[in-house]
Amino acid sequence: MNNAKFNRLKDKAFKYTGIIASISGIVVLAIFIGFVIYMGVQRLSWDFIVQLPSRFAEESGIYTAWMGTVWIMVFTTLISFPLGVGAGIYLEEYAPENRWSKFLEINISNLASVPSIIYGLLGLGVFVRMMQMGNSILAGALTLSLLILPIIIVSTREAIKAVPSSIRDASNALGASKWQTIWHQILPASFGGILTGVILALSRAIGETAPLIVVGALVYVPFAPQNPLDEFTVLPVQIYNWVSRPQEEFIINAAAAIIVLLGITFIMNGIAVYLRNKWQSKMEW
Amino acid sequence: MNIKEKIIEKVLAFCALITILTTVGIIAVLLYESFGFFREVPITDFLTGTEWTPLFADKNYGILPLVSGTLLTTFIAIAVALPVGLTIAIYLNEYAPKRFKKVLKPLLEVLAVVPTVVYGFFALMIVTPFLKLFITDLSGFNALSPGIVMGIMIIPFVSSLSEDALAAVPDSLRQASYGMGSTRFQTAFRVMVPAASSGIMVSIILALSRAIGETMIVAIAAGQTPVFTFDPTVPIETITAYIVKVSSGDVPQGTVAYQTIFAAGIMLFVVTFILNNISFWIKNRYQEKYE
Repeated sequence: MNNAKFNRLKDKAFKYTGIIASISGIVVLAIFIGFVIYMGVQRLSWDFIVQLPSRFAEESGIYTAWMGTVWIMVFTTLISFPLGVGAGIYLEEYAPENRWSKFLEINISNLASVPSIIYGLLGLGVFVRMMQMGNSILAGALTLSLLILPIIIVSTREAIKAVPSSIRDASNALGASKWQTIWHQILPASFGGILTGVILALSRAIGETAPLIVVGALVYVPFAPQNPLDEFTVLPVQIYNWVSRPQEEFIINAAAAIIVLLGITFIMNGIAVYLRNKWQSKMEW
Repeated sequence: MNIKEKIIEKVLAFCALITILTTVGIIAVLLYESFGFFREVPITDFLTGTEWTPLFADKNYGILPLVSGTLLTTFIAIAVALPVGLTIAIYLNEYAPKRFKKVLKPLLEVLAVVPTVVYGFFALMIVTPFLKLFITDLSGFNALSPGIVMGIMIIPFVSSLSEDALAAVPDSLRQASYGMGSTRFQTAFRVMVPAASSGIMVSIILALSRAIGETMIVAIAAGQTPVFTFDPTVPIETITAYIVKVSSGDVPQGTVAYQTIFAAGIMLFVVTFILNNISFWIKNRYQEKYE
């Protein structure tokens, strides 16, 4: 075989390697998910959703866990949405172009790659102990808010950047103040993009386990929380707890709870992708 | 009206300031809480000791077993994610038809969306039993299985960042290579990859940092036995898994054992911080070449 032929063969070989590599990860994930559904679907029932946790696997439900998740998510949204969007607007519209804003920018991308468990230690030191919130929903939600803030800020900035300058100019020409332009023109025009980013960030928060364990999400909470200073558990922590048990029945519970968690995560991401596509086609001015 | 505008600007600036406060808070908490620890344990013992038994009667505070566990799972994860992720990036950029690419990219992102506790379940319940078919003396908890699963999870990090880097290489280089009669394979590996090497390095470093900080997969499937070893078939413990173990148990606040999680946290933060900054540095130094 001559050299040119061999080179063409290598070219072909890599093409197929590429196809295999591209689908291998997805195929493996599909197998994993199929396995979890096969294992856990037997346990999925209305009772499983509304029952309190119990020492006996068959009587255990995820009621306190998903109630905790709902509480945590509501407060995380309330805290992170205004802060993240506000910071994004500031950086994009107000911040002067100097060393200070460069530093802010670098700091934010640095925060985005700090391991989530470090945020847990921060929450434990500041919210749980220094501010004496205890192992409460509020402490957990504040911790998760700081964790997802960089994601919201970055996507807010990108959404604002995508608004054509003609809109800004038109508003300014009509005599609108800076904030009037932002509030009445920029934000409505970029809202789809901002919302997409926020939903993606929240779907990340909903699956977070490690930082909440560190701030003291309990593995066993007998009742659903009643107010933001109550102790709590969340779905991922409940899953972790069940996976760590040796008994087969608890593993099945974990699989069933994973189906619920994956369902929520995929739905949230689906909504985000749908919004993004819809918004992007609308944004072609 | 003017006052209102000023107040709004101040409020928004405060929102941005929170990010600085977060960084300051992280550093302050880690230093403050581990201060007591480093008063009792000399830092040289901490960094060079090979026994980590803070929760036993006979206490030793050498962090090397946790470091070796972290390095081991990280190395395995990168060994999976780097070749697969890079192959995907090159394939998508040089070979794949546009439509296939359009379908594949969002599907790959799904890998990064699945919560890590779910990946932990996969590692423990599926991958470890599967690997046992081939490696008979594999322990039920080991570094190999969570390492592989972590690698699968970070494939999209490597592939999407590397693909961006490849896409940023000017088309003229590719055309020149084709003009010389190169195949796509030769073009990809002798022209495109070297030209995009700084961006690819950035993707590897960020994947490394991600793997080092990953917690739930290793906490569930790697075991909780701090041993100083590089054997991937035995139970080990990573820095992150140790923090989770202590946090979910009943270790009284204020004790040295409790302070160890902040000391371990410093270790983790410093390493990932350095890696992140190396990646910034590479980005700023080299990536603007073609812009």
